[in-house]
Amino acid sequence: MPEADGIGGLSAHLVQSGPIPLDARLSVPRGELHALIGPSGSGKTTILRALAGLYRPRDGRIICAGETWFAAQGGIDLPPQRRRVGLVFQHYALFPHLSAENNVAAALGHVPRGERAAKARALLAQMGLADLAARLPATLSGGEQQRVALARALARSPALLLLDEPFAALDARTRRHLRQELAYLGQRVTIPIVLVTHDLEEAAALAGRMTVLAGGRTLQSGAPAAIMARPASLEVAKVVDLQNLFEGRIAGNEAGETVIAWRGATIRAAPAAFPPGSAVAWTVAPASITLHAGKIAETSANVVSGRIGEVAVLPGIARIVFRADDAPDAVFVFPRPPPGIGPDLPRPGDAATIAFAAEAVHVMPLTA
Amino acid sequence: MDWIAFSLSLRLAMATAAILLPLGILAGRALAWSRFPGKGLAQSFLALPLVLPPSVLGYYLLVAFGSASPLGAIWQKFTGHPLVFSFSGLLLASFLVNLPFAVQPIERAFAAIAPDIREAAFVSGLSRWASFWRIELPLAWPGLLAAFVLTFAHTMGEFGVVLMVGGGIPGETRTIAIAIYDRAQTLDGSGAGTMSLLLLAFALVALGLVQGLTGRIGRRYG
Repeated sequence: MPEADGIGGLSAHLVQSGPIPLDARLSVPRGELHALIGPSGSGKTTILRALAGLYRPRDGRIICAGETWFAAQGGIDLPPQRRRVGLVFQHYALFPHLSAENNVAAALGHVPRGERAAKARALLAQMGLADLAARLPATLSGGEQQRVALARALARSPALLLLDEPFAALDARTRRHLRQELAYLGQRVTIPIVLVTHDLEEAAALAGRMTVLAGGRTLQSGAPAAIMARPASLEVAKVVDLQNLFEGRIAGNEAGETVIAWRGATIRAAPAAFPPGSAVAWTVAPASITLHAGKIAETSANVVSGRIGEVAVLPGIARIVFRADDAPDAVFVFPRPPPGIGPDLPRPGDAATIAFAAEAVHVMPLTA
Repeated sequence: MDWIAFSLSLRLAMATAAILLPLGILAGRALAWSRFPGKGLAQSFLALPLVLPPSVLGYYLLVAFGSASPLGAIWQKFTGHPLVFSFSGLLLASFLVNLPFAVQPIERAFAAIAPDIREAAFVSGLSRWASFWRIELPLAWPGLLAAFVLTFAHTMGEFGVVLMVGGGIPGETRTIAIAIYDRAQTLDGSGAGTMSLLLLAFALVALGLVQGLTGRIGRRYG
């Protein structure tokens, strides 16, 4: 994990046993949009609030832009007013009695009084809200309110920008639009941005790196694609809702491959350092699975025979559900080209065989 | 029409509301946002004047204010005149009787402010004081207005406690409600009727004002 604080980024370690258990490490260099992902109740919002100074954990430290904001051992705990932090609340928390312009101006306390109005209007104009400056929040749409909240968060010239499920309350179209804007913002600003979300697709679309969280513990950090391909544990794989996830036991290592005993069959995987007999989880990337009608001849790949379950045709892609013969609850899901492109799609109920190479199988421990 | 009693009632109502408003803000805000042991008990005590018969409350206050009580004795020693049957005693009684009318609307108004609005103020760099003046008070002000008007109108009409503690001395403790009672007792129907009508109109205007203003604020802020 890169040490981010030395170059003006965020480095945080938050620990406590209760009331909300935390053991979270977060490292976000400048200019990185970092997603904090986990199921509800995993402590995402608590971590965000601790970073903003709205929640005080028992132990740990927070360093941002070279400045110590919190150090339990040193007795340092800067109030939110003294942390240069911008926070976009899940429900925006705009001041309902103030116009959009005055909402933004309220966060411009560090700017001389005479310049606040012009600065607030400029920030709103950057968000495409120049015409709405005089409007009260209640008269703005959800997407507009969110952009006012973002303008207010940026008004302080923050050293850290925090976004708490910023798209949760929006309709799909507005969400897509604002995601693009946020991606663009992420490229422009040079501060660390932490985005809290439970939506993996959102994290993958926006974040350079992400940290996976469960029960207040950070389990793994890395590029979304890397975590999806090689989750550190079954726990991580479940949080990122990985498909084709199975549990087995290490049978041994032979010919440079790790062999897993799985439901009476053996699965060959890329070499992994587990002692024989240990309980493990394994996954295979959907795109690495090939589909064959009927039985296929002996190959060096892993072969599982079974039947086609469901076939779902989505825009630009088809998704096949395959149930293994020996274990009908063992379900593989993988993509195929849509009808009209490539071979015909199988029909539900067809007998079939799937194959995947040992290198495509990732083995992981059950817990990190 | 007893203008002396009317002006006394106005003075009493104005002073009661003026004293209760800042204290109501302190107490209402604390009750809305703080958690402390005995909070439920404090809320019950504050609400007591709403359910207790005014004569019962008046009796206890009369005993507490009397020169035989510590409070009455200290008052007598420092001011040279007794607390009971004086305007000061009336004001103190009025203050206590009106606590729920001031505190409860203010408590509800502060409780209605979402916690993340306050946190947003802190994160925007506003100090606690600035957040109070610029965010909390403007949002709570329909509650403050309701507290002021209710306290004022209720003091104008208070009878039982005022009679027990004040005794109805003209120009000192005889409020308009007592004047109405006296007129009715002496079978002066027209005097009692005029003053009653005045109080009725007063109460209606006050409540209409609160309803109208708070409704408009509610619609504007969504």
